Amino acid sequence: MPAKGATTETSEAPAEEPLDLHGPGGVRVAGVNRTFRTKRGDVTALAGMSLHARPHEVVAVVGPSGCGKTTLLELVCGLQSADSGTVDGAPAALMPQRDLLLPWLSAIDNAGLALRARGVSREEARAAAAPWLRRFGLEGFERTLPAELSGGMRQRVSFLRTLLAGKPVLALDEPFASLDAITRAEMQGWLAHVLASEPRTVLLVTHDVEEAVVLADRVVVMSPRPGRAVAEIELEMPRPRRRTDPRVVELRERALEALGVGA
Amino acid sequence: MSRRARTSPAKVRVAIGALALLLLLIGAWELYVDLGGADPLILPAPHSIAKALYTDRSLLWRNFLVTAQEVLLGILVATVLAFALSVLLHFSPVVRRAVYPLLVASQALPIPIVAPVLVLWLGFGILPKLIVIALVSFFSIVVTTLAALAGVDPALLKLMRTFDATRLRIFRHVELPAALPGLFTGAKIAVAVAVIGAVFAELSGSSSGLGYLFQQANAQILMPRAYAAVVILSAFAIALFAALTVAERLLLPWAYQPRGDLA
Repeated sequence: MPAKGATTETSEAPAEEPLDLHGPGGVRVAGVNRTFRTKRGDVTALAGMSLHARPHEVVAVVGPSGCGKTTLLELVCGLQSADSGTVDGAPAALMPQRDLLLPWLSAIDNAGLALRARGVSREEARAAAAPWLRRFGLEGFERTLPAELSGGMRQRVSFLRTLLAGKPVLALDEPFASLDAITRAEMQGWLAHVLASEPRTVLLVTHDVEEAVVLADRVVVMSPRPGRAVAEIELEMPRPRRRTDPRVVELRERALEALGVGA
Repeated sequence: MSRRARTSPAKVRVAIGALALLLLLIGAWELYVDLGGADPLILPAPHSIAKALYTDRSLLWRNFLVTAQEVLLGILVATVLAFALSVLLHFSPVVRRAVYPLLVASQALPIPIVAPVLVLWLGFGILPKLIVIALVSFFSIVVTTLAALAGVDPALLKLMRTFDATRLRIFRHVELPAALPGLFTGAKIAVAVAVIGAVFAELSGSSSGLGYLFQQANAQILMPRAYAAVVILSAFAIALFAALTVAERLLLPWAYQPRGDLA
């Protein structure tokens, strides 16, 4: 992936600063509050959350569980609206935490579901998905049902489905959390590889700090609920990055410290 | 499919055991009647029912064809109506609130009283029979289909919305396929009551069918013949249930879970 010429910003998220959102695919979340009414009283998921992503930037969002990360992605995808504050940006497609593949559709038809959802014919959707399945090492599994795919394969199909939606922004909700360590590392490799040739703006929600540091241009650290951005770490390092690289290790330590679990 | 049923030794053992148990039950019945436990005019022995099955075979077959036609058409009508109604109830909360109590009420209708009224109203033809059969069997199909529609993962619906799917396309690509296993479950429950419905309808006014034959034989104290009609009705219900199970396995292989099966 090409390194971005982003200016270095640190600490508190800038809510008022003008951003370069004119190219296709930027995202801006500014001072967003979101409270849910539940039977056990109100739960504030986000309080004054701000974040931005420039076009083609990969922004990782890390934070403790229940800090409102999923709410943030749903806001960006237009599935919820903020109680106050602003959310704007290019259209976003979601990749949910669980793969949520349709059990009755083969791998290729699941990958093309977003196209079918827009009214594209089955044949055209398959034609569009086929080269991607090959690129993702799923050749020969096109007609296989999800139940017979491995966890890593299912996750790849799920990612392709979101990618093929053709939206400028990808909202990835802990995409690799359910995978074992080896498969996860492999999937992170796939993701970096795809984004290099098919640049998109990515909001990557994860609880894996190392994953964030290896994949992202910038890491946004969130506080425990109610969630808001407490730190931003700019990562101006070439890719691919090795997790043993001293600079990666150092940045990981910085992120962990911002999370309050630093050594 | 890789999990195509193959006759494993374990399956053969289960089949032999099941057959032995069935024979044991019939043997116990035979002994009970032969040893004077029950008057054969009330409970004929299995051997005399078997004899009636053979000697009255053409009579039984003729009447079976009539009842079978009623039941099959009745289930077909019930399934089509139940499916259409489920979709309507699923889409409109207002209709659901208004109509669901009426559906429950329809199951409280005393069929032995309703059936003669329908015959008076609509005559001796097949129409009142279809109405009675559909009336007793459509409810289970509505309940299970509606449950399957409502059971679709909300996260999946959100995902489809980020793909810009219209309500109709979400239904077509996600909810409709997800509802089919529910439709089958409901139809399997419905087949047994559909047979009872056919008998009640025939008792209320008809000149053929196994229910009619049962009534005639009963009046003439030809108990083996009456019981033979019951045996055929039961076997028909079992055959329908098994046929639906096989059809479900072939049409919806992704939904097939090997448990609680008859066939």
